[in-house]
Amino acid sequence: MASNPRIIVVGGGLAGLSAAIKIAEIGGEVDLFSIVPVKRSHSVCAQGGINAAKNLKGEGDSTWQHFDDSVFGGDFLANQPPVKDMCEAAPGIIDLLDRMGVPFNRTPEGLLDFRRFGGTLYNRTAFAGATTGQQLLYALDEQVRRHESEGKVKKYEHWEFLSGVIDSKGICRGICAMDLHSMQVVTFPADAVIICTGGVGAIFGKSTNSVVCTGSAQSALYQQGAYYANGEFIQVHPTCIPGDDKLRLMSESARGEGGRVWVPKKPGDKRDPKSVPENERYYFLEERYPKYGNLVPRDIATREIHKVVYEDGLGIDGGPMVYLDLTHIDRKVLDRKLEGILEIYEKFVGDDPRDIPMKIFPGVHYTMGGMWVDYKQATNIPGLYAVGECDYQYHGANRLGANSLLSCIWGGFVAGPAAVQYARSQPTAASNGAFDAERKRQDEANAMLINNQGDENPFKIWRELGDIMTRNCTVIRYNKNLQETDVKLVELLERFRRVNLSDKTLWANSTFAFARQLYNMLQLARVIVQGAALRNESRGSHYKPDFPERDDKNFLKTTKASFAPDADEPRFEFEPVDTSLIPPRARKY
Amino acid sequence: MANKSILLKIKRQSDPQHAAIWEEFEIPYRPNMNVISVLMEIALNPVTRQGKPTTPIFYDSNCLEEVCGSCAMRINGRTRMACSALVDQLEQPIVLEPFSKFPVVRDLAVDRSVLFENLKAVKAWVPIDGTYDLGSGPRMLPEEQEAAYPLSRCISCCCCMEACPQFNQSTGFVGAATISQVRLFNTHPTGKALKSERLHALMGDGGIHECGYAQNCVEVCPKDIPLTRSIAEVGGAVMKQAFADLFHR
Ligand SMILES: Cc1cc2nc3c(=O)[nH]c(=O)nc-3n(C[C@H](O)[C@H](O)[C@H](O)COP(=O)(O)OP(=O)(O)OC[C@H]3O[C@@H](n4cnc5c(N)ncnc54)[C@H](O)[C@@H]3O)c2cc1C
Ligand code: SF4
Ligand code: SF4
Ligand code: FES
Repeated sequence: MASNPRIIVVGGGLAGLSAAIKIAEIGGEVDLFSIVPVKRSHSVCAQGGINAAKNLKGEGDSTWQHFDDSVFGGDFLANQPPVKDMCEAAPGIIDLLDRMGVPFNRTPEGLLDFRRFGGTLYNRTAFAGATTGQQLLYALDEQVRRHESEGKVKKYEHWEFLSGVIDSKGICRGICAMDLHSMQVVTFPADAVIICTGGVGAIFGKSTNSVVCTGSAQSALYQQGAYYANGEFIQVHPTCIPGDDKLRLMSESARGEGGRVWVPKKPGDKRDPKSVPENERYYFLEERYPKYGNLVPRDIATREIHKVVYEDGLGIDGGPMVYLDLTHIDRKVLDRKLEGILEIYEKFVGDDPRDIPMKIFPGVHYTMGGMWVDYKQATNIPGLYAVGECDYQYHGANRLGANSLLSCIWGGFVAGPAAVQYARSQPTAASNGAFDAERKRQDEANAMLINNQGDENPFKIWRELGDIMTRNCTVIRYNKNLQETDVKLVELLERFRRVNLSDKTLWANSTFAFARQLYNMLQLARVIVQGAALRNESRGSHYKPDFPERDDKNFLKTTKASFAPDADEPRFEFEPVDTSLIPPRARKY
Repeated sequence: MANKSILLKIKRQSDPQHAAIWEEFEIPYRPNMNVISVLMEIALNPVTRQGKPTTPIFYDSNCLEEVCGSCAMRINGRTRMACSALVDQLEQPIVLEPFSKFPVVRDLAVDRSVLFENLKAVKAWVPIDGTYDLGSGPRMLPEEQEAAYPLSRCISCCCCMEACPQFNQSTGFVGAATISQVRLFNTHPTGKALKSERLHALMGDGGIHECGYAQNCVEVCPKDIPLTRSIAEVGGAVMKQAFADLFHR
């Protein structure tokens, strides 16, 4: 029994850092692995805020109301007890972050200020300027640095998790990881392992996610026997700035202030948008939804934009983009109300949205599904935990804005102590060859990949993966297209075997690391696609025109995928959802 | 902008032991590209302008929206972030080089861990008692929040250090970013408990007195952090501390 257990935490976003802090605080030792230096994790991108029912605005808000909004927003697919625990812990978490020095916005009296977010009637969202995620991550990063300087945390940055070390009894004993500079593969023993590797946006090519959000680690563990749950639930945000390299979020407030969405009526119209006359513009949201116009709810806006581009073929220049036009609004009004977000557009597109209509498109934004975990964040593999965007626990079929940062921190606070307690209750394991075997398996896979003499470029395969996943498996889903996509995925997996790396050196080889991730993305994509095909209903982010209603009788269930190594594909089973606290009701706003 | 292609000159170094070489690239022009999307395009077809097959460029990146601090490099001689460097606004050929004052890992990626070490040395954190629920934090007026927030936006990109004439091997100067973090934590109601420790860490070799007020740092900082103001304030506090130390020996 280890009284000072050694716990490996993989990932240094909000989830990983909060787990690390708890472990260090209760006497454990942490080895913290991350592809990027932890301070550069994707969590820095979050802008809007973090939810907690502090009820500081005299609205009668309560943690129960927060719980109800979250379960309802998630279309009843989340198991309810952990969501309730999270909402109850939220006010204390905000206080803690405040004590750590997060510069939350303040009221004139010096108290925390709260704003309103989607899916609730209460001012429940604490925020720090326009970069809340950055500020929260930094606060946790600073506390981890403090523990690091006291020797309780050891960081392995620029290291990539490749796989778990799982012994003959099926227990997780450590990890196998690769130094992304020396490209060396090394195994590390641990009394427990916590995976905090974030979302899977890269499976869809471009998304609002950061570069390293590939889901590679989750996929590797799924292929080693961990369950992956509700993979088909992917949140798409209606208004993103399509970039050549990524999609950047454009806040809903642009439409709130009168922004109009349109496309030229003529397909492939090459004219400058300003020279397209009014009567040749198709204001499709206003025409299709005369009552709400451009302010239809997020999921509807997303679906209509998607339809106009993919079904009506009316995207700008034939590409996946529509105009979000503010140019009819007075400059001074725009500057006063929207300056911050317009600056983002200016900085990355180089056009002034006060003069030129913005080009926007829905973008893959958040991964609701993830590694299956129990209420202590433990996966089905003993000794292996998962937390943060990479788990499936808190958001059901649709995540509410500002609930994710909360679930990451709360999940870490649950998993850290749970892993320590597990480790303390375990007899010390005799080394049984599992480490050597796993390292050998990875070394062999690496050697094969690097020496391969085929004709395929991994970046091109990735582009095709992203294109077909975005087209068929995001906003609108038809079974026929999903089946086609799965066929394509099998083809891409086949072609992956013929990958020929343009870089075969053994120092800081990003092409090589990427190719490894790509393989895992392809495997996980099949879980997403097949899960979507099986779920013949519409719920939360998952929408099938052929099955437009929610079907609680057949599908109020968690989808659980497990990997069948012989067939090289997923198997599915369904688990009932714990709805013991709030009876399901129709989701209508 | 009638360019049909984009010309680049990139300084490459296969590893820390080898000497650097230059390679030229010509890639098809598309509107709205930035330096990172150009580098992605090269990875898709890694061939030099002369038609010689080569390897994709190695560089650091993650968020692609100028908030993670990964992608700092020298672009046309200027220290800046690659993800927010728009091709349409750059003169061609676009010249890309790694930072010159940090050890090169490969190509455009350098080792900037010195900043994280410096942050450790100045104890850039708020010393809380623990993460248990201990009630609300200290009250803070909106003005105090508005002063702290800009300082807290530092993305640790190290641009300010690369551009600083005093930041080099021989001075061992900590650089503007760390000094500015000292200001941030020394003004926090709880953070100031460690104030004198932080100030002491900025005395001596490589400390704040190395700064020559050249102001290059503030000009290159992508987050417009008021660095010279931080340096002046912390410099004053260090002097006061040193003076006080004389009488408390
Ligand atoms: C633009 C944008 C805005 C958002 N705004 C909000 C908001 O306002 N409110 C809100 O609540 N949520 C928001 N979200 C969602 C939220 O930011 C994320 O869900 C959350 O930050 C995820 O944190 P995480 O700790 O799970 O993972 P991440 O922060 O993604 O961190 C993942 C970590 O894992 C590491 N990693 C990954 N793979 C490996 C591997 N194989 N080996 C080693 N390390 C690995 C990475 O290096 C990184 O350290 C937003 C998301 C986006 C994209
Ligand atoms: S003011 Fe000048 S010398 Fe001082 S840190 Fe900035 S760049 Fe360096
Ligand atoms: S102070 Fe500015 S330039 Fe220096 S590291 Fe921070 S963000 Fe970068
Ligand atoms: S990639 Fe994050 S700052 Fe450029």
